Amino acid sequence: MLIRSLIILLLLMTTSAQAAKVETGNDAYNPIFEALYTGSFTEKEQALKDLMQTDIEDKKKFLNGIVNKTLMVHKKSKKVVWVEKQGSKFKMTDAFSGEDLGLDKKRKVKKFAINNKMRSQVSALISTMDLDSDDAEKRLAAINSMLANPAPEYAGFLKQRLDKESNNKVKQAMQLGIALADLGHEDTEVRLAAIDNVADSLAPAVRSALANMAENDTDKQVREAAQKVVLEQEEQVRFFGYIETLFFGLSLGSVLVLAAIGLAITFGVMGVINMAHGELIMLGAYTTYLMQQAMPDSVGLALVLSIPAAFIVSGVVGIGIERSVIRFLYGRPLETLLATFGISLILQQMVRTVISPQNVPVSNPEWMSGFIQINSVLSITYNRMYIILFCLAVFALLFFILKKTRLGLEVRAVSQNRAMARAMGIRSSRVDAMTFGLGSGIAGVAGVALSQLTNVGPNLGQAYIVDSFMVVVFGGVGNLWGTLIGGMSLGVVNKFMEPWTGAVLAKILVLVFIILFIQKRPRGLFPQKGRAAEG
Amino acid sequence: MILRILKNDIGGKVFLLVLLTTLIAVPVLNQLPAEHTFHISIYTVTLLGKYLTYALLAVAVDLVWGYLGILSLGHAAFFALGGYAMGMYLMRQIGERGVYGHPELPDFMVFLDWQELPWFWSGFDNFGFAMLMVLVVPGLLAFVFGWFAFRSRVTGVYLSIITQALTYALMLAFFRNEMGFGGNNGLTDFKDILGFSLQADSTRLALFVASGVALALGYLSCRALVKSRLGKVAVAIRDAEDRTRFIGYKVEYVKLAIFTFSAMLAGLAGALYVPQVCIINPGEFQPLNSIEVVVWVAMGGRATLYGAVIGALGVNYAKTWFTAAFPEIWLFALGGLFVVVTLLMPRGIAGLFSRKKGGES
Repeated sequence: MLIRSLIILLLLMTTSAQAAKVETGNDAYNPIFEALYTGSFTEKEQALKDLMQTDIEDKKKFLNGIVNKTLMVHKKSKKVVWVEKQGSKFKMTDAFSGEDLGLDKKRKVKKFAINNKMRSQVSALISTMDLDSDDAEKRLAAINSMLANPAPEYAGFLKQRLDKESNNKVKQAMQLGIALADLGHEDTEVRLAAIDNVADSLAPAVRSALANMAENDTDKQVREAAQKVVLEQEEQVRFFGYIETLFFGLSLGSVLVLAAIGLAITFGVMGVINMAHGELIMLGAYTTYLMQQAMPDSVGLALVLSIPAAFIVSGVVGIGIERSVIRFLYGRPLETLLATFGISLILQQMVRTVISPQNVPVSNPEWMSGFIQINSVLSITYNRMYIILFCLAVFALLFFILKKTRLGLEVRAVSQNRAMARAMGIRSSRVDAMTFGLGSGIAGVAGVALSQLTNVGPNLGQAYIVDSFMVVVFGGVGNLWGTLIGGMSLGVVNKFMEPWTGAVLAKILVLVFIILFIQKRPRGLFPQKGRAAEG
Repeated sequence: MILRILKNDIGGKVFLLVLLTTLIAVPVLNQLPAEHTFHISIYTVTLLGKYLTYALLAVAVDLVWGYLGILSLGHAAFFALGGYAMGMYLMRQIGERGVYGHPELPDFMVFLDWQELPWFWSGFDNFGFAMLMVLVVPGLLAFVFGWFAFRSRVTGVYLSIITQALTYALMLAFFRNEMGFGGNNGLTDFKDILGFSLQADSTRLALFVASGVALALGYLSCRALVKSRLGKVAVAIRDAEDRTRFIGYKVEYVKLAIFTFSAMLAGLAGALYVPQVCIINPGEFQPLNSIEVVVWVAMGGRATLYGAVIGALGVNYAKTWFTAAFPEIWLFALGGLFVVVTLLMPRGIAGLFSRKKGGES
């Protein structure tokens, strides 16, 4: 064994003395891998193209190996090897002969250094191979990846296949790809036609190609045409940018509204300052976690079932708080504030002790992830869209309960004139408990939604309590519409400010804005009018 | 004069007497050999000093809550601002002894690759100026905030919530590195104050005594204020704001004056706190901290001033003990305290006292 390794060592030394940088066992491959190994990035890019011309059988595997760093060079033997991690060492296999080269330390092998440009080049090269796949999705992905990294030679590839293509989507993408490639055509007319063809597409590759033409094209007419299209497209991109920000803002606003809407009932309608509101949200989020633990195989179903479960859990806890503490403190808002704050501390610590002081993982069901691609610059993620829809649904339900049901009628009666309501035979203390339970339950439902967006931990509630109060106060106490519009507009304003100020500063500015706003309109955006306002 | 202020204030007399005795006894007992039964370690001295600064903060909160009816959930912000002003002075005192050895810039600025001291750091190498800022910065913030809030007649719960928003916004702001206050880590690694090493026992004793004296003076000034005509108007505002306004008093100005004074006291407490704990970071702005102060006051007894001191010392002693012995239970205990005090002891510990003695009010 020892002798053998000595011989190998000797052999290695002699080969390295021949000054070949990489030893592949095939003279045709040697310069390519040498360039990939030690060349400049320009040389490497050329080498990748050369690699495609060779007769290596599984080119895809090699390309992937370079990107994934499973293909390396053994420093001593100069051989190109496949590596596989085994403990702290690498198991090496010669990439060409398939010979097992044993184990060696990590620092004895070196990867092919690549940059981002090469990475996208590699994926484009791989996609040219995918073009003949039977799967339409794969073909489309291949074309998109080529679009991201256009090269004149793709036009040929695509034109050959355009007629054979049966899938409409793929066909469109191919046409775009051809037009894009035609932008580099020698003939002025072809270029002009191509500009017309791509004018509707906002794909990044199209835009950068057009921008380049607008500056550098040799023909004045072409330059002007390109400039015109570039200007139009910039306008469109800006417009879609606004739409995207608006969408982000609405989804942030929905989160705020969800967090605040329960408070709009307990604080707005009943006038109870419930500092434990955030913790009721947290309980809802933890209910989601526990439901998912109970049925680990069906994440989506668990999430849907969590909505009523969280409503019940938080609602019951809320009623418990109302019956045991708050009802003794009606008419003493500052004391209520302190007592409920104490309850919030207890609930937080309870979660820490019973479940875990760490954040718990809540998984998203599959139908929540992914996005709708509206066009190249605008895509709408499902989770943001669902949160907006969910928020509106909760709002509508709550609105219905308050305006159309017996409970809602009683709630409004008690909040407007308690003595009169009692005289009419409404059991006001029961209504108090039910109202508080309703507000708390909605907080729990908000927790289910938040569990899909943020980390679920004992501090979840604290992060939202100040925000929720701000939304309710901003929108106008005792007014559900105010909460909805207040929350949404705060979310949108926040998102529109973020590009200029950064996320934290935007939040601070919004807070300062609300503080100043309350000075100007102490009763919020939509103050209550009439008798109810005086109570 | 002190006697005149303390006339009819039995609790205050007892408290000041106890404080005076402690201030004399603790340094003496500290000098005893370490194995002696009555020896007080320097660790305990610093701990007591820290409690005394908390007590001063509680007195400041009691002044506005107990006598003016403003439940401030943002007083820890004034405390922290005073602390930051002191911290900036201590930071400048480090000089070349920082990790990077830069003669001018504190370590974190060197780390962030700043070239020169921001304008708001200038002057903080001067102790007098820094002490002035300890009072001026919280006072100014309170003045501006109060100017807007009181003039537009924001009261009650709304006021409490926007004070909370204020401290929350400040916390977010101070967490930012770009603010130039050390970001997340805050200011720390202090070396000495006025040329005395902060690690030396004598400095720690001196800081303890200074905290005690500040508490005594703070108490006396608050008591004097409460007994003055201004204080009487304040109580009138607390009990019937509209009536006081209709009688012809400028309610806003009374509130503004007392609120600002209270903020300055809180700033002073913060400035004494920082050299004893040797760190100040944005965590001090947490809304929870401010609310904790309120529970000290509620626990000790509102509108007595000395009750605030009892509450601050009692709750903090309990906190130190609990967090060492049963760390998981502390928040249960604190939360329970909030509930029990508000439900069952609306007048706090001081309330129990005065009822036994026949009551003063």
